[in-house]
Amino acid sequence: MTEVSVTKDAIPPGADDLVVLKNVNKHFGALHVLQDIDLTIARGEVVVVIGPSGSGKSTLCRAINRLETIDSGDISIDGKPLPQEGKELARLRADVGMVFQSFNLFAHKTVLENVTLGQTKVRKTGKAEAEEKARRLLDRVGVAAQADKYPAQLSGGQQQRVAIARALAMDPKVMLFDEPTSALDPEMINEVLEVMQQLARDGMTMIVVTHEMGFARSAANRVVFMADGRIVEEAVPDQFFSNPRSDRAKDFLSKILKH
Amino acid sequence: MRIAVRTGAGAPCPTTAAHEDIPVNVLLDHLAEFREGFIGTVWLTVASSVLALLLGVVLAGFRVSPVPPLRFFGAAWVTLFRNTPLTLLFLTIWFAVPQVFDFGFDPWTKALIVLSVYTSSFVCEAVRSGINTVPLGQAEAARSIGMTFFQTLGSIVLPQAVRTVLPPLSSIFIALTKNSAIAGAFSVTELFGWQKVLSDQGFAIAWLFLWVALGYLVITFTISGLFRLLERSLEVAR
Ligand SMILES: Nc1ncnc2c1ncn2[C@@H]1O[C@H](COP(=O)(O)OP(=O)(O)OP(=O)(O)O)[C@@H](O)[C@H]1O
Ligand SMILES: [Mg+2]
Repeated sequence: MTEVSVTKDAIPPGADDLVVLKNVNKHFGALHVLQDIDLTIARGEVVVVIGPSGSGKSTLCRAINRLETIDSGDISIDGKPLPQEGKELARLRADVGMVFQSFNLFAHKTVLENVTLGQTKVRKTGKAEAEEKARRLLDRVGVAAQADKYPAQLSGGQQQRVAIARALAMDPKVMLFDEPTSALDPEMINEVLEVMQQLARDGMTMIVVTHEMGFARSAANRVVFMADGRIVEEAVPDQFFSNPRSDRAKDFLSKILKH
Repeated sequence: MRIAVRTGAGAPCPTTAAHEDIPVNVLLDHLAEFREGFIGTVWLTVASSVLALLLGVVLAGFRVSPVPPLRFFGAAWVTLFRNTPLTLLFLTIWFAVPQVFDFGFDPWTKALIVLSVYTSSFVCEAVRSGINTVPLGQAEAARSIGMTFFQTLGSIVLPQAVRTVLPPLSSIFIALTKNSAIAGAFSVTELFGWQKVLSDQGFAIAWLFLWVALGYLVITFTISGLFRLLERSLEVAR
């Protein structure tokens, strides 16, 4: 594996906005989890979202493909506002890949079926074509040999890579990762991060909730720091990690960098 | 209308009295009727099972759907039919419904409707609790790749719920078999009704009951056997 070096040229603002959140608010009962969130992600950009537990990072991710509804504000993907529940929303979700902390592979389907299902059911791709693409993607994430196994027979790192392949099979415009390595044993974290880094290099637009500083430094164009439901700070990774502006970020970094 | 409980033995038929104390003869001499009753029960049970299963699964889908009116409909259906005595439902469709609108259904169809509707409420709840055992992440993953609600339910959630749903379904269908006896009291040809015809003729009730009970046992054993086979085949599949 060669040393990872991603060109992190700043992407010109407003050039080609893919994900746009405007003034988004969300409550869980009395809890104001997302407060006036404004966030724009350009095509090809890799954004790492970081922040203390309970700050609303997962909720933000889930709101972007509407697994969670929002109370006010607008979210649009590639110029189209998120539709209401129904067929149209399903179509839009297919364009937004999501990778979960707990993998969530379909337990009753083989690895191969996990990657073909969305293609055949949602994209209406033919079976042979879908399988061919699935095998290519499984090969790309390094689990081609496991194609006929069930998820429970795989290690966590392998499962997460299959989950990435499953999302990629839909040819998403943007990929959301919600702490993709938090449930993994340390020795498996890198195999997943490497796949993600490769994706970033290939130009995929990515929103990644993670505390992996190495990944943020090497693959992200921008770090978004959240606390208490707000975006407190946004900066390029080097600047954020070496010279955070807000006290919240300083405090948070001092805590996680100690370990 | 023959639901009135008969008092006294009616008019015992003198010509059949000779057979009375030989139980096998009761069965053999009336084998054709017994078989007709047996088949009636099997047929009514199978047809209502299929209908109740379809209805129940659809209702369970309603109950977990994102559409509030559907959820309400499912909940109302279950509350109404699960909590009403079956006999009352029979009486309703036999006597009350025709007063409002006479569909002109024959007794068999009426029995099918009552048994299916009643049983569907139990199937719905069994399926729904099965759905609840499937981790939420499974449905979220399905939705996140763009599957619709029905695709998610049909290809991801229900297949994983099946294994937990089978044992309660088995009990529900056994209960349905026995509940179909009520249809006999409403002049539908089935196993239990056979007993009544003969006991009216003066045959020893105890022996008739034994044969009838054995008839039901054959059906219910078959059901639980089939379900056990199904459960085992699902275990092997993974
Ligand atoms: N479905 C829910 N119902 C009620 N409260 C919720 C729900 N989901 C999340 N919350 C609350 O909303 C807040 C933000 O949650 P969220 O999961 O977005 O945080 P997070 O930043 O992802 O945290 P973590 O780092 O622990 O994953 C938390 O206080 C959480 O308890
Ligand atoms: Mg989270």
